[in-house]
Amino acid sequence: MELIRKAKSGTLESSDVLVTVEPAGELIITLDSPVKEQFACAILETVRGVLEDFSVRTGKIELADQGALDCTIRARLTTALKRASQPAGGEK
Amino acid sequence: MKRDNKVMPSLAEAIRQTGLRDGMTVSFHHHLRDGDAVLNLVLAECEKLGVRDLTVNASALMACHHPIVDFIRKGTVTGIECNYMHPVVGHEISKGLLAREVIFRSHGGRPAALERKEAHIDVAFIAASTSDRAGNCNGRDGRTAFGSIGYAMPDAEHADNVVVVTDHLAPYPVSVASIDERYVDAVVVIDSIGDPDKIMSGTTRVTRDPIGLLIADYTARALSASGLLEDGLSFQTGAGGTSLAVASFIGEIMRGRGIRGSFASGGITGMLVDLFQEGLFETLIDVQCFDRDAVRSIRDNEKHREISASTYASPAVKSSVVDHLDIVILGATEIDSQFNVNVHTDSNGFIMGGSGGHSDTAAGAKLSVIVAPLIRARLPLIVDRVGTISTPGKDVDLLVTQYGLACNPEKTELDYRLRSAGLPVFTIEELHERAVGITGVPGRHPSQGRPVARVVSRDGDLLDIIRAVNR
Repeated sequence: MELIRKAKSGTLESSDVLVTVEPAGELIITLDSPVKEQFACAILETVRGVLEDFSVRTGKIELADQGALDCTIRARLTTALKRASQPAGGEK
Repeated sequence: MKRDNKVMPSLAEAIRQTGLRDGMTVSFHHHLRDGDAVLNLVLAECEKLGVRDLTVNASALMACHHPIVDFIRKGTVTGIECNYMHPVVGHEISKGLLAREVIFRSHGGRPAALERKEAHIDVAFIAASTSDRAGNCNGRDGRTAFGSIGYAMPDAEHADNVVVVTDHLAPYPVSVASIDERYVDAVVVIDSIGDPDKIMSGTTRVTRDPIGLLIADYTARALSASGLLEDGLSFQTGAGGTSLAVASFIGEIMRGRGIRGSFASGGITGMLVDLFQEGLFETLIDVQCFDRDAVRSIRDNEKHREISASTYASPAVKSSVVDHLDIVILGATEIDSQFNVNVHTDSNGFIMGGSGGHSDTAAGAKLSVIVAPLIRARLPLIVDRVGTISTPGKDVDLLVTQYGLACNPEKTELDYRLRSAGLPVFTIEELHERAVGITGVPGRHPSQGRPVARVVSRDGDLLDIIRAVNR
């Protein structure tokens, strides 16, 4: 999958995560989370797994996490990646 | 000092006459909660007078007391004793702001420490919404009325010097002297002691969150099955959305079965006032009003009684109200397999609260129930070992979450009753596994810094130590 534009998915509500992805020359993942001390490794592992599933090797991936569960992180990141790979206005 | 007129021309003059010196302890009460102006005003005046090295003994430090952080940096304040500390102050303490350890007590432990002479107050500053020239005062009359003044009563009795700070001077004698002139050295009139609109902070309505409602429903069914929902019931609950939902459901059950309770106690909310006015409870016993309805009710109803913190919960007196409680509903930040409860520190080790009446009511009540969601923002409620022991597990009987209930293993009869009623009862270990199955296993990094606070049990023993967070 190729990222062609900046896209977002999610919210800043508790237990959700706001994922922002945009094209970049390298892979940069940033994580901000109130549960970083407890779950940073688990969250990053999930993120890398989803990126691998979509064969995304470069891009800027920003997570403003509010304590989202694994399934939520996966869903939000998947949606953000799909949005970022389509031309603007292309999604329904 | 004239015995018939104690009114001082200014706060500075009032402080000066107390003989307040470096190294002394001053006390405050928090009935105006996030609207209190008196603590900040007094400390600012102390700073101007050049008094340093003060210990502040406050029933609670709220968000509005954030300026205390500056007074600590300037050396005006070098010690804190309190029963609750809002995170805006707590985070600074956890980062090592104060060289001396904070002493955390409970609402009953604080007066008990005065009664046992383990704590000493040199000068008590008492915010009162009405006072006469002799210091007969209360919190129920005047434009800044906040209701019960219960936490300040032990201060008035035990402090060496008592200053009543009011914004409404009434003719002698005021009709209700919650604190009376025998104890008062000086009265000072200021423009405003605070903003009573800010007494009510956070949620004070029945929750609409389905998880909270499910927890409240399980709780009501558990109480119903416990055998304690009988005529003469005594009950206490907090002001959180889930607690209020429990109170509302209990009201429904009592109405349905024609049960008449004896008293509801504690921090009193409009919800409890409603149940009382409907006749479901005979009396309200009030150490602190949580909202305007409670403030109005304590003024208008004789059976809505104002009590001191000592009468409420002190273990150092011959008996207190908590000893008569059947049921108390409480919250938790964390609970462990020993049923120890933490309400002092967050998952990262930062101070964010305190016992309040948690450990007192848990110890006193026949049935103490912890209501809390099993998972909050990916953090499991149940942990291997709580970050801080606020209430020891021996005083906690039942945990209710949206995924099910767990009884303290000591409570075999309760466990049997709940299972027989068809409630989803598990062991606390089973609920723990359930939570971690959803969230993943959280990494734990206990704070390793120097001690910044000690949690003292209501009996005066060391319950736990809170360490600095060095991250």
